[in-house]
Amino acid sequence: MSDSTNVAAAVNPVKKKMKARATTGFLWTVRRYWIFYVMMAPAAILLIINNYIPMAGVLIAFKNVNYTKGIWASPWVGFDNFKFLFSSDVAWAITRNTISYNLVFIVLNLVIAVAMAIMFNEMRSKFLAKFHQSTMFLPFFLSMVCVAYLVYAFLGAEHGFVNTVILPKLGIEPIDWYTEPKYWTVILPIVNTWKNLGYYTVIYMAAILGIDHEYYEAALIDGASKWEQIKRITVPLIMPVMITMTLLQVGRIFYADFGLFFQVTKNAGALFPTTQVIDTYVYQTFLTMGDIGMSSAAGLYQAVVGFLLVLVTNLFVRKVSKENALF
Amino acid sequence: MSKTISLPKQRIAKKHGPNDLSPTANLLVNVFFWIYTAACIMPLVLVIIVSFSDEKGVLIHGYNFIPEGWSLEAYKFMFKDWHQILRSFGISVFLATVGTAISLVMMSLYAYPISRSDFPHKSFFSFFMFFTMLFNGGLVPWYLVYTQMLDLKNTLAALMLPLLVSAFFVLLLRTFFANSIPMPLIEAAKIDGAGEIRIFSQIIIPLSLPVLASVGLFQVLNYWNDWFLSLVFISGSKNINLQFMMYKTMLDIQFLTSNVQASQGLAQAGGILQLPTETVRMAMAVLGIGPIVFAYPFFQKYFKKGLTVGAVKG
Repeated sequence: MSDSTNVAAAVNPVKKKMKARATTGFLWTVRRYWIFYVMMAPAAILLIINNYIPMAGVLIAFKNVNYTKGIWASPWVGFDNFKFLFSSDVAWAITRNTISYNLVFIVLNLVIAVAMAIMFNEMRSKFLAKFHQSTMFLPFFLSMVCVAYLVYAFLGAEHGFVNTVILPKLGIEPIDWYTEPKYWTVILPIVNTWKNLGYYTVIYMAAILGIDHEYYEAALIDGASKWEQIKRITVPLIMPVMITMTLLQVGRIFYADFGLFFQVTKNAGALFPTTQVIDTYVYQTFLTMGDIGMSSAAGLYQAVVGFLLVLVTNLFVRKVSKENALF
Repeated sequence: MSKTISLPKQRIAKKHGPNDLSPTANLLVNVFFWIYTAACIMPLVLVIIVSFSDEKGVLIHGYNFIPEGWSLEAYKFMFKDWHQILRSFGISVFLATVGTAISLVMMSLYAYPISRSDFPHKSFFSFFMFFTMLFNGGLVPWYLVYTQMLDLKNTLAALMLPLLVSAFFVLLLRTFFANSIPMPLIEAAKIDGAGEIRIFSQIIIPLSLPVLASVGLFQVLNYWNDWFLSLVFISGSKNINLQFMMYKTMLDIQFLTSNVQASQGLAQAGGILQLPTETVRMAMAVLGIGPIVFAYPFFQKYFKKGLTVGAVKG
């Protein structure tokens, strides 16, 4: 296997035979690499606590939890929690909201970021390109609490900038943004794009910078216009990165950005028809209303469907192009 | 448009290649980016201006880029409660530094063995890590593990442990270790009699500083910007970090006034109950945003490198 065993084996041919037999066993590996197990132990223990024990805890979704009895002594109820969840309108509403927002986010993150990356690449002044790009990265570093403040500064009902400065100039009555669900289907995509665009643009820019310049020189000799170069060289060559980035997001289409939907909307109940997503619903039912059954059912529904979606997307991509698959 | 055309000297001086954008297109691109850049900065500017505005003017005319009058009242009021602010600030700094350091040690200790091609169990342990990215038990069991099993409610540990190990970063570190450190180097060290710990600490770590710096910055940001763990695990005001304090201020200005120091200070000042609520809110936001904005030029330089490393999957 490793060089040290080979050296030892070369010295003694009899030992070589014995070694060859012993180097395949599980115990041999553990003895030979025991230090690796010690090194991995802290993170592995944390993974078990943080990820694997909660995975076993999904069984709670099939129980009628009674705190006085304790969770494990509580009676099994089969799929009752799921029946309650799916018989209400909530299950449909939160699923629709989660998926449709994520679809909008994925499209915006792809189209706008790629367009911006191409524009940066074509900008004449490299200094200005760098400056703009650094500035648009700023929102990515802010926490969702900060973003919520910024949005509130603009949309606050009484003192917000939009209501007190912009709308009066246009002759429109002030709008009570935090009680009107219909506007948030536009506001949330804007906020999400504003916050994450810098991140996606940097990734696509890095991909564009990796393109060999000779392609463009050849295209120039052939008389290709700028637009044709973008269409036939830049976009096709960064396609693998575009696919990977999109897939990563498609795989998580059942998970919403909790911060965005909780902080930016100020968790306002009046907005729930268009702003409640699976993640905020789980939080709400569990920690505010204390309904363990319903929230763990919703959580498991999310985890299982999310998991299947990742597998299906990955399988699909493997079929189309193997090197772009995630695993 | 006419402006660019009337400046031929500059264009000649800059010597653009034949494949550059036309002046018109370049101007349009420039205008677009100036507008977008403004859109990224203006919200922050608005918050800063409001925090320095006179409360009365804000109450009458709302938040505005040009205030009726300037005032430091909001900050004066806020710093009457300096005990709580200092404590929350300290907690945020503690988590961002200590949390990140422990996290880097734990993650690279895990990533190194699974990067070694001669380690027979590497694929099992890689999958053990990777699987956490695919499936999770959801909020409820996770919460119960931390509160019922480990009894970590209201402790700083509850704010640190959940973020310590991230599968994505571990796999990123593994890819870096596997691709950038030549195996013969490790074997040479072994022949010289170095143990695995020595190889790890004296060869692997010094050669991996770029990726460690990137992951470290990500973790600093994750710890600094976290408010969710406080929302879930912390009740009362003892162990809340800065972001959560901002969140609470946003929710209810009462948080500041109900605090002992603040109300005492208020009583000494004559017991006026007219609080600069709107400007204090924004002053709080400036306090929370401030450090990240100052650190950000430094951050983003390394972040870009980190993102590019991260984009290469392994």
